[in-house]
Amino acid sequence: MNYIMAFLFSGFVCFLAQMIYDNSKLTPGHITSLFVVLGSFLDLFHIYDKFVEIFHAGALIPITSFGHSLMHGAMAATEEYGIFGIAMGMFDLTAAGISAAILFSFLVAIIFKPKS
Amino acid sequence: MDRKEYDQLAEELKPSGHKVRNGLNAFLYGGVMGAIAQGVLELFMNIYHCSEKDATPMMSITLVFVACLLTGLGIYDNIAKHAGAGTFIPITGFANSMSSSALDSKSEGLILGIGSNMFKLGGTVITYGIVSSALLGVIRYAFTLFG
Amino acid sequence: MPSHFLGNSVKLDNVYIASTGTTCGPLEFLGPLGSYFDKGYDDYHCGEKSFEQAERKMLRDSLDICLKREKMKPKDVDIYVGGDLMNQITTVNYLARELPQPFLGIYSACSSFCLSMAVASLMIEGGFIDQAVSMVSSHNATAERQYRYPVEYGVQKKATTTFTATGAISTLLSNKPSDVRVESVTFGRVIDYSQDDPNDMGRAMAPAAYDTITTHFQDLKRSFQDYDLVVTGDLSTYGHKILKEMMQRNKMDVVRYNDCGCMLYDLTKQEVFQGGSGCACSGLVTMGYLYPLLKEGKYKRVLIVATGALLSPVMTAQKDTIPCIAHAISLEVVK
Repeated sequence: MNYIMAFLFSGFVCFLAQMIYDNSKLTPGHITSLFVVLGSFLDLFHIYDKFVEIFHAGALIPITSFGHSLMHGAMAATEEYGIFGIAMGMFDLTAAGISAAILFSFLVAIIFKPKS
Repeated sequence: MDRKEYDQLAEELKPSGHKVRNGLNAFLYGGVMGAIAQGVLELFMNIYHCSEKDATPMMSITLVFVACLLTGLGIYDNIAKHAGAGTFIPITGFANSMSSSALDSKSEGLILGIGSNMFKLGGTVITYGIVSSALLGVIRYAFTLFG
Repeated sequence: MPSHFLGNSVKLDNVYIASTGTTCGPLEFLGPLGSYFDKGYDDYHCGEKSFEQAERKMLRDSLDICLKREKMKPKDVDIYVGGDLMNQITTVNYLARELPQPFLGIYSACSSFCLSMAVASLMIEGGFIDQAVSMVSSHNATAERQYRYPVEYGVQKKATTTFTATGAISTLLSNKPSDVRVESVTFGRVIDYSQDDPNDMGRAMAPAAYDTITTHFQDLKRSFQDYDLVVTGDLSTYGHKILKEMMQRNKMDVVRYNDCGCMLYDLTKQEVFQGGSGCACSGLVTMGYLYPLLKEGKYKRVLIVATGALLSPVMTAQKDTIPCIAHAISLEVVK
């Protein structure tokens, strides 16, 4: 069941993005930036948390989840550090993804050759 | 012929593209991506006997690794051709934007090439993710103080 | 007797094509005109360390082939004129380091082929020099890197996209009579029809092609009937349709008109969307394919209208529109 929910949510978010891409001059860069902000916004009232509860990986995999994680980490740290917590906790949940992206991108660039 | 007339003419003759097919593909590829992610998530939850929350970063790392590898092998862009948003919306898209930028600049060396160009495409996501989270975070923090 | 400009055009008496050299990339070699090109490469690196160096190698090879055909050495040429799509026209400038004669770098995006041929031709016509080499190149990966995205980036290209051709063309022009001559030249004006989509070059460039073709016909009192073939450089399928419609709406009898971007590739089998673009597109089709047909006498006179989009990614990001240009040359069999 989890698999079906994940499939549906992830598929829907991608479908939405594709509609925007095909009907506007926005680039993937624009659309992903928009969606990341959307993810942050949806965490404002804990809406995205509900998505994760219901759709599991389906909600965790689109770039919207990146915004949600940044927001989540920031908010969690404010409980301990007040306003400073926003900056201090921001990367708590997203450190893994970004670190991995940088490391593996570097390795790929060292090992492979661009093909065209 | 004036601009307006020209634009009308150009719109009439414009190639149609395949909006329905693209939308369907994005849904399918994106959906499959979600299902695969779910599988990976549950795999790590079983191996490490941990919660979904703890397994999530492991899933992210795994998917980022796969996306970077496929980029290096020259396969990712072939999938993306068909999948469209099905590949650029999941975090795999972010990983591909970084690894492709880094790989592309290889000829300019470590510092001026790879190091300087890695975030060329992915930087905007990080920038606006942080900026929006900070602004919204301040707003929400204010609510908790005064609400 | 030196010729004077008629409007924006010049009729030439003394400019002949002595020889040419054409090199191309894998897709062009596998395309319908592949067998016409002198040398094809299996991949985009051509054995070099970077794509930029590969483009330069293709250009160098085309020049070697061109000069060897006439048993000439680089020093025998009076002046070199050339351009490409790179910032600072890197390919031609860096190759020109190896040349012992003066070099004029020119840039008009994808219409650089006709512009360099025209400039070289005028210098010969004016009696200032005896021979010149016009050289242009473009390369799919270097163009993608500079104007669009990293080559491995997973982006879905829009339906209106064109495919930058990979190739280099060197042409030796001379005042010594030969079978085929450059008969006239029309310089284009920069035309901007407020198009702002960098993924839709055909639509942006069609008005410039229209302006140059109508000017050429007006200046020299000609029409499509005076040519065995009129080709535009790289409007490709969509742009070609737009131009044809524009001309038909202006009561022009459009016959024997084609586009190099549609001719260079098999649009049904090769993944090139609307067709080819880039300096090499008009150059390869003209010197690789049309020139031999002229020599054989299959065509008597052809008009080549190379089109270029003069955009810069910076200005596009600043939401400015795309200025375009088209330069034309006509080639004729010597009677």
